[in-house]
Amino acid sequence: MVTIKDLNTRTQPNWCPGCGNYSILTALKMAVADLGLDPKNVCLTSGIGCGSKLPHWINTYGIHTIHGRGLPVATGIHLANNKLKVVSIGGDGDGYGIGLSHFVHSCRRNLDMAYFVQNNQIYGLTKGQTSPTSDKGFKTVSTPFGAIEWPIFPLSLAIEQGATFVARGFAGEIKHLTELMKQAIQHPGFAYIDILQPCVTFNKKNTYDWFKKRVYKLEETGHDPTDKSEALKKADEWNAYYDDNIPIGLFYKKDHEHYLERYEYIKDKPLVEHDISNVDITKIMEDFV
Amino acid sequence: MEQNLNWLIGGEAGYGIMNAGLAFAKTLSRGGLYVFSTTEYPSLIRGGHNTVAVRASTKELNSHEKMLDILVALNHETYELHKDEVSRTGIIIYDSSKDELKAKNVVNIPLLNLAEQASNKIMRNTVALGASVALIGYDLNLLNGVLESIFSRKGNEVVEANKVAAKLGYDFAGSNHEPILKLEKQKAPKRMVLNCNDAISLGALKAGLKVFAAYPMTPGSSILHFMAKYERDMKILVKHTEDELASINTLVGAGFAGARAMTSTSGGGVALMSEGIGLAGMTETPCVIVNAQRGGPSTGLPTRQEQSDLLFMIRLGQGEFPRIVMAPGDVEEAFYETINVFNLADKYQVPAIILTDKYNYASSKSVEFFDTKNVKVERGKLLTKEEALKETDYKRYKFTKDGVSPRSIPGNPNTIFRATGNEHSEYGDITEDPVNRVNITEKRLRKLQGILKDIKNPVKLHGPENAKLTVVGWGSTKGPILEAIEGLDVNFLQVLYPWPFPKEEVEKVLKNSKNVLLVEGNATAQLGQLIKEQTGIEIQEQLLKFNGHQFYPHEIRTKIKEVL
Ligand SMILES: Cc1ncc(C[n+]2csc(CCOP(=O)(O)OP(=O)(O)O)c2C)c(N)n1
Repeated sequence: MVTIKDLNTRTQPNWCPGCGNYSILTALKMAVADLGLDPKNVCLTSGIGCGSKLPHWINTYGIHTIHGRGLPVATGIHLANNKLKVVSIGGDGDGYGIGLSHFVHSCRRNLDMAYFVQNNQIYGLTKGQTSPTSDKGFKTVSTPFGAIEWPIFPLSLAIEQGATFVARGFAGEIKHLTELMKQAIQHPGFAYIDILQPCVTFNKKNTYDWFKKRVYKLEETGHDPTDKSEALKKADEWNAYYDDNIPIGLFYKKDHEHYLERYEYIKDKPLVEHDISNVDITKIMEDFV
Repeated sequence: MEQNLNWLIGGEAGYGIMNAGLAFAKTLSRGGLYVFSTTEYPSLIRGGHNTVAVRASTKELNSHEKMLDILVALNHETYELHKDEVSRTGIIIYDSSKDELKAKNVVNIPLLNLAEQASNKIMRNTVALGASVALIGYDLNLLNGVLESIFSRKGNEVVEANKVAAKLGYDFAGSNHEPILKLEKQKAPKRMVLNCNDAISLGALKAGLKVFAAYPMTPGSSILHFMAKYERDMKILVKHTEDELASINTLVGAGFAGARAMTSTSGGGVALMSEGIGLAGMTETPCVIVNAQRGGPSTGLPTRQEQSDLLFMIRLGQGEFPRIVMAPGDVEEAFYETINVFNLADKYQVPAIILTDKYNYASSKSVEFFDTKNVKVERGKLLTKEEALKETDYKRYKFTKDGVSPRSIPGNPNTIFRATGNEHSEYGDITEDPVNRVNITEKRLRKLQGILKDIKNPVKLHGPENAKLTVVGWGSTKGPILEAIEGLDVNFLQVLYPWPFPKEEVEKVLKNSKNVLLVEGNATAQLGQLIKEQTGIEIQEQLLKFNGHQFYPHEIRTKIKEVL
């Protein structure tokens, strides 16, 4: 059995002291350990950003890619080897900005993988510009007079686009987040968690205290995650006009065939294990006569 | 006795011209003749002028040619556009359902009416094929056989209706006009009729392709269609992704996980992929990218010919990393070199680009079944589970003499690592250490030397070793050039692998040449620029064509005579 210690790597995280990513990393390690996953069969992908460095600090296979492309790289890994547990992770700029289309398409594709977004409502790595989830009016170096546009509402988007597991976690609630991650990793389909991740350096608005005053757990309210319209209502509870209450927990879940479910020839043997030393193409050549 | 035919069918897009052309080419090929067919089409779905030209001969063909023996004009526009290409002894089959033409070389046949008589006006092509078979004195049964294989999926009724249509055309033409020649069937081995995209696809499958991800872009799309069609038979996974960014990054993921992966696109798609190709370079992940060039820049000429991405492919991506560029000149090279490219990509853990183009896609050639017995799948330093088990301090990017490090994949024991597009240490951990930066950059670039040594035929010299003139070219101009130099004291230096640049081989030939002529399908002589940069040799005589169309052999021949 792996322990959290086994999941430490050669190098140490270099996030700012107090950064929400420390808790997210801990939660992920606890999830992997609790589920008893074999680290060699877990593969992480990430994009670019402060949060996207996370795979370097958990001892599973991983690939830290380019800005916004963690999901398509994860897709390729999953197609090549559907026996691996694939988890993709990245920031809000990464997933809701430059990589948005991959997010939307991954939802409707229902690939059997997990996707965690470290949502700090700011661009951290590039030093504090507005992100797609920054509030309207939010002042940053790229919007000194306040952001003009509405933010993106990723949970509603994911539910509408067919994601089969949609949740929100909070870096300030590690145990709760760990449980969500465990469920997400085990969910057979695209399992998405938006994680509230305070950025102590650049986002002076959405702080730990700010969130602590507002978050509440859906599980404690009797919310039925199989009810889509309820899920959408809950997703809209924190919107452009109201931010008094912020639900965290599992919003929506449905059973649905995942993308590779009907491919019989990879059920027992993933593609990487197929013998390619002497592929027979004669039948196709006949078609060209 | 040598026999030749040059036949062209033209009409509006939506008339089924492409299928008719392919059916005619296969009919001729099944009778043992060599064929070469070329299609031209505008970027329109309906309307617009489409053509397929089919040449057949008792000797091997490598190119299209202009002068026609038979022109099949399904509409008046085709007649007007191509009547001057018909040779003095040639004829024009004209659809006289609405109006008859009086010109002496016109054979009026009511194609549409006969098609309706057979069952449906969409079969007018088939009527025209039947008529063509009669006018070349060929065997109608061969056409019937082809119709069977094309339409059998649609049921017996469709097959029979098409056969009736062909017979009506055959009989009408036969009773109203003497055959203009009598093409004889030849004893020959079974041959396929296929284009370079098909051959690349077959090569990829033979090489063990497992993941194919692409976004449609002409003229690269037919590879996506091919792969999708055979996905389940060949037990591979094919994904039409949301865009080219997704395609290339899916390849990186699949390659990282150990599967052979490929995408196909055109210049615009590759432009979008350049960051992802850099990621493959930096993480040392093998993958294969097919760029089927068309006229650029931007959307350019979506369905027309050009060879203007050579320098872009060689330089593509920010920063410095090794890659391979292979430019096939015909279907055999497209097949065998694609397999080689997959092996090289794996052995050197680099992205590899197959640089083809619209002419290669639109030209089909008859060839014997590919020899798959001698094909070897070589995966280089890819660790098996058993090999991985022996690792105790695994370094994915270990510094080695040849720059290639033992490569493990997720799922293997004892080799857990993280790859990254950031600069990294031998372990794969991010580092900006200046000494490491120099060492690992040199490690990556060192692979180029190994690749250069490994490629057996980076260039090919066709024709006599010593000649009065050497023509230099690459890619799809190969066929037209070979035809142009036939019988002349001229040889042809074909650069098959423009990158890594085969300096020694090119120098050796050019230093020996008395006269040199560069032939390229672009405006700025890109191969000429590269040769000058790499060898210092400047080729003075140039024939460049960039009007959206491929060279005709006679154009090249005229220029050769001018130079000599
Ligand atoms: C193609 C590209 N554009 C821009 C950048 C610069 N860049 C790096 S990270 C980043 C945004 C980071 O924000 P986010 O994704 O929210 O992650 P965080 O740093 O907040 O964790 C940007 C714009 C890049 N690396 N690549």
